[in-house]
Amino acid sequence: MRKKLITDATLVSSYIKGDESSLEVLIKRHKQRIYSFIYSKVYDRDIAEDVFQDTFIKVIRTLKRGKYNEEGKFLPWVMRIAHNLVIDHFRKNNRMPKFQNNGDFSIFSVLSDTSLNAEKTIIKEQVEEDVRRLIEELPADQKEVLVMRMYQDMSFKEISERTGVSINTALGRMRYALINMRKVIEKHNIILTN
Amino acid sequence: MAKIYSENSKINKKMNPKDETISFILNYSKALSVISYKKIKFEAFLN
Repeated sequence: MRKKLITDATLVSSYIKGDESSLEVLIKRHKQRIYSFIYSKVYDRDIAEDVFQDTFIKVIRTLKRGKYNEEGKFLPWVMRIAHNLVIDHFRKNNRMPKFQNNGDFSIFSVLSDTSLNAEKTIIKEQVEEDVRRLIEELPADQKEVLVMRMYQDMSFKEISERTGVSINTALGRMRYALINMRKVIEKHNIILTN
Repeated sequence: MAKIYSENSKINKKMNPKDETISFILNYSKALSVISYKKIKFEAFLN
C-alpha cells in the first residue's frame, strides 16, 4: 500500500540504484495500459506479448546503462518505446497485417493450392485416357473433327479447309461427336470428373 | 427499435500480459548486469 504512493520517478531512481523490486512495482502499475496499447495496434495476443517483453527489455537496458534522463515521464517514455517496436514489427512483416482465421470465415476456403497432388494427378490421367478411348469409338468423320478442334486447337474454318467440308458440316460433326460421347458415358456410367 | 451501427470494440479494456511474460522480464532484469570500463559499457548475464 505504501508503494502506491511512491512516484514513478522515485521508483525509477531506486531501480537504477539496484532495487529490483521497484521495477516490479512499475510494471504492475503500468502493464495494463502498455499491453492494451500494443494489442490495439497488433490485434494478436502473442505478438502483443512479444512486443511488451521487448519494450521492457529495452527499458531495462536503458535504465541499467544509465542512459535514461528524467526529462519526460516514465509512462510516456515506455509508451513511445512500445510504439516504435510496433512500427518495427509491421516493417519486419512487410507492412502486411496478419490475417487471422476466425470462426466465421477461413481464408483457406478461398485460397487453395492449385497444383494437383499425386492422387489427383493419377485420376486426371485416368480420365484423359478414358476420354481418348471414347474418341476412338466415334465414327471417323466425327473423330477427325473433334481431334482437330480439341487437341490441335484448330478453328472450324481451318477444319473445313483441311477436311474439304463446309463449316456447317464440321460444326454438325462436332455436335454429333459430343452427343455420341455423352450417350456412351451415360450408358456405361463412366465417371469423368476429378 | 434503434439500430446500433457502431461495432463493439474487440479490445478488452482490462487486458494484461501473461504472468510468464512479467516473470521473464523481472528475471531478465535480475540477470542483467552492466559493467562500465573506461567509458565502455558491457552487458553481462548472471545466471
